[in-house]
Amino acid sequence: MSGIQEKIKGNGSIEKLANDFSMTVATVNGSGSQTSNLTLQRAFFKMGIPVSGKNLFPSNIQGLPTWYTIRVNKNGYTARSETHQIVVAMNPATIQEDLAKVEPGGAFYYADHIRVDLNREDISIYPMPAKELAKDSGAPPKLRDYVANMVYVGVLSQMLEIDMSMIRSAIEYHFSGKQTPIDLNMGVIDKAYQWAAENLEKTDPFYVEPLNLTDGYVMADGNTAAALGAIFGGVQFCAWYPITPASTLAESLGAYIGGLRDDLVDGGKSYAIVQAEDELSAIGMSIGAGWAGLRAMTSTSGPGLSLMTEFVGLAYYSEIPVVIWDVQRVGPSTGLPTRTAQGDLTQVYFLGHGDTQHIILFPSSVTECFEFGWKALDIAEQVQTPVFVLTDLDLGMNHWMSEKYQYPEVDMDRGKVLWEEDFENFAKKFGKQWGRYLDVDGDAITYRTLPGNKMPGAAYFARGTGHDEYAAYTEDPVDWEVNMLRLKKKFKTALKYTPKPELIGSGKAEIGIIGYGSTEMAILETIDYLREEGIEVDFLRLRSLPLHEEVIQFIEEKNLIFVPELNRDGQLWQILNMEYPTGCGKMKSLPKHDGLPLSAAWLTKAILDMEGK
Amino acid sequence: MAETNNVGLTKADYRGAPTTLCAGCGHNSINNQIMAAAYELDLLPENVLKFSGIGCSSKSPTYFMGRSFGFNSLHGRMPAVATGGLFGDHRLKAIAMSGDGDTSNIGMGHFKHVIRRNLPLVYIVANNGVYGLTKGQFSATAELGLRLKSQGENLYMPIDIVLEALASSATFVARSFAGDAAQVKELVKAAFSHDGISVLDIISPCVTFNNRDESHHSYSWGKQHREMIHDFNFIPKEQEITVEDGFEEGSVQQVTMHDGSKVVLQKLDRDYDPYDRINAIKTVQEANQKDILLTGLIFVDTSSKSLIDLYELPEDRALNRMQQEELRPPKGMLDLINAQMF
Repeated sequence: MSGIQEKIKGNGSIEKLANDFSMTVATVNGSGSQTSNLTLQRAFFKMGIPVSGKNLFPSNIQGLPTWYTIRVNKNGYTARSETHQIVVAMNPATIQEDLAKVEPGGAFYYADHIRVDLNREDISIYPMPAKELAKDSGAPPKLRDYVANMVYVGVLSQMLEIDMSMIRSAIEYHFSGKQTPIDLNMGVIDKAYQWAAENLEKTDPFYVEPLNLTDGYVMADGNTAAALGAIFGGVQFCAWYPITPASTLAESLGAYIGGLRDDLVDGGKSYAIVQAEDELSAIGMSIGAGWAGLRAMTSTSGPGLSLMTEFVGLAYYSEIPVVIWDVQRVGPSTGLPTRTAQGDLTQVYFLGHGDTQHIILFPSSVTECFEFGWKALDIAEQVQTPVFVLTDLDLGMNHWMSEKYQYPEVDMDRGKVLWEEDFENFAKKFGKQWGRYLDVDGDAITYRTLPGNKMPGAAYFARGTGHDEYAAYTEDPVDWEVNMLRLKKKFKTALKYTPKPELIGSGKAEIGIIGYGSTEMAILETIDYLREEGIEVDFLRLRSLPLHEEVIQFIEEKNLIFVPELNRDGQLWQILNMEYPTGCGKMKSLPKHDGLPLSAAWLTKAILDMEGK
Repeated sequence: MAETNNVGLTKADYRGAPTTLCAGCGHNSINNQIMAAAYELDLLPENVLKFSGIGCSSKSPTYFMGRSFGFNSLHGRMPAVATGGLFGDHRLKAIAMSGDGDTSNIGMGHFKHVIRRNLPLVYIVANNGVYGLTKGQFSATAELGLRLKSQGENLYMPIDIVLEALASSATFVARSFAGDAAQVKELVKAAFSHDGISVLDIISPCVTFNNRDESHHSYSWGKQHREMIHDFNFIPKEQEITVEDGFEEGSVQQVTMHDGSKVVLQKLDRDYDPYDRINAIKTVQEANQKDILLTGLIFVDTSSKSLIDLYELPEDRALNRMQQEELRPPKGMLDLINAQMF
């Protein structure tokens, strides 16, 4: 983004700079600005321009500052940008600092009723009569603040040359075709557009023009995608407790599941969703359902995860399938509930007292949230254990452009379940009487029966206390040790079912990056910047734990490996060092923990600094 | 040839593993009555789920109905596991064994929530006022001033399970005494016939830690202080009620349970309406103040919907038998979503 000034020619005319800027809208939370911001973002997307939107919001209902950043980029870079070429200021409380944010050569739009010291001469400044136009719109007084936010949509449409038909289709989408709000909002947008055309003179270079780079993509948030994935994965039970930033996952499940599933079953529903009294109960109900043979899940974030710990240990030891989505926020404690982090990793990997270890999946895109939405349910039943899916606030709640959802390429796999007939045949097949924890296949995964099985002898008593191969209570030292070693072996068997890492790059570079989750976009952008500096890097994107052999191989092949992640202590880096101590010296931790999504600018600099460049 | 019930099972078919509880423990007597009730109700053990938390009481499900699926879960968290578990096959019956520590100390929140959700669950609290497995600490149902060997004096007010259940909108609330086997059995039968939560607070003395005569949870105190609120009889749905049963006209009240069976309440010393929640609370409070252990069916509401009813599940199908065709929407639906996701 350097060199904006060069675009301003000697004679004062402007050379246009298309499809490459980051725009931040400063508003007050609770004022309805999300509709305006999403309208702009969707219009860019509809014009075929790669775009992302990131909402920086307070833990508050109404009245505190909030910033929404839309990044438009022709190269497809949609990670958080640290610079702001365009700032739209609608909040009196922050207007002075918002003005200071604008990159030299950039543009500052502000509601002209707000008092501000316009102390910048290196940027273009555009006042907008937001209050006046809102008043003229005929909107009822209580809607005026909300409608005032539509003024900047209209003004920016004119100044950035946004296709107005795309704005209209975004508004129609948002209001689901309801004519009254569509007319009201479009009325204000059109007026503001007209006003800008007549009153503002464009003196900055930023604008948009149509591309065709969003074909095959959707724009959605990860929580919705996760819920949809779970619905296509046949989820039958979800108990949950409200917590930011996970609430919208279970809420989306409730919103979509009826329409997608009710026609498939005669005479009633195939699922139940329960808002529990706390996270203890949310996971407890889900585990009860998993034990009873339902595809069960819950969703939560850090504090809820802490409450779920004892139950997760029970599910691990009694071998009950359940899926737990952890949409991470910043901790410890209440921390920063509306900011993003990857700080739960080491806790989740070992969640529970005694010896416990868990399968973790790391989606890095909205599309992958969908994929892991169904896949996690398969893996949980295949391996008969809790499966965690770690996302974060950025991926869960922000709107990303992402490849269209892919229909599951394999049938549902319910794992080793014995119904009446299977149970009858078991002894014949294996030459042994069935035992709930009896490993007859040698892969450490045993056969389970489900409540409702009418065969006498098919029932067993599930327990968190010491049990033998036939699920009977025991305190025998050998029984305990044998069973725990089988669980350890089962964790290795899990590798047959969990997604392998993805290698991005030629595989021949001497330097590597290992990353996971929502940092992917920033890492990909960084790789391009490093190439410009003459540094080739291979990127291994982790998609699950435990580690696949490919990860060890990657570490062995590289001379130097950077491990960027959004936490203080380099949690993945710790796990890599622990699982492969031979690689210790050459893995460098690059932790960032300011509550914001990773930026390529920061990562590039961190790597160049380490490289001594 | 052993005697069988109407589903062709013997009493032995309802047994569990040998008990490891102390000889004389009230819980053993409750377990025996659960087995007898299930046998007499002709329940197939395969159609019953057993749930428990942690504690002496919660070990009990191992000792009855070994042919039933069971889940011994976490301390205080049984209601959550039972809630999820019942959705697997909602046609099954479910019975839960909890204790006073499990329910009124660590699990009070879940206890009240499973009640307000009206989960169809026979929820038995084997109530002895004391922690057994951890060797004799006070539980929240211990009376004020109770002295225990290693603990000194109880300084806090007791929690009354029945009053808590009534306040949480329970639809079936009873209190009994492990020393009254007949009443426990009849109440368990009625509870199994109720479509909703049925809370049975059963005073079940701990012979090891809390059975001194003056203790409110001891055998002798129970025997001396109990008063039946009415005479209680359970009549299965096939059976007619006849005069020969000895019910005098005008002094009996019939409660028709969800499955068509009946509970016949015969008046004793007081007029008592089991449908009146406010009066129930008042009566129990007054009895407590007078050191009376009031037993019987204290409250019943047969008209409220159960949790399962609220979820519109197929009447005759178990969720856990459904396979891919019923659970995964076709590809066309995903294409539609992709087209709509802007």
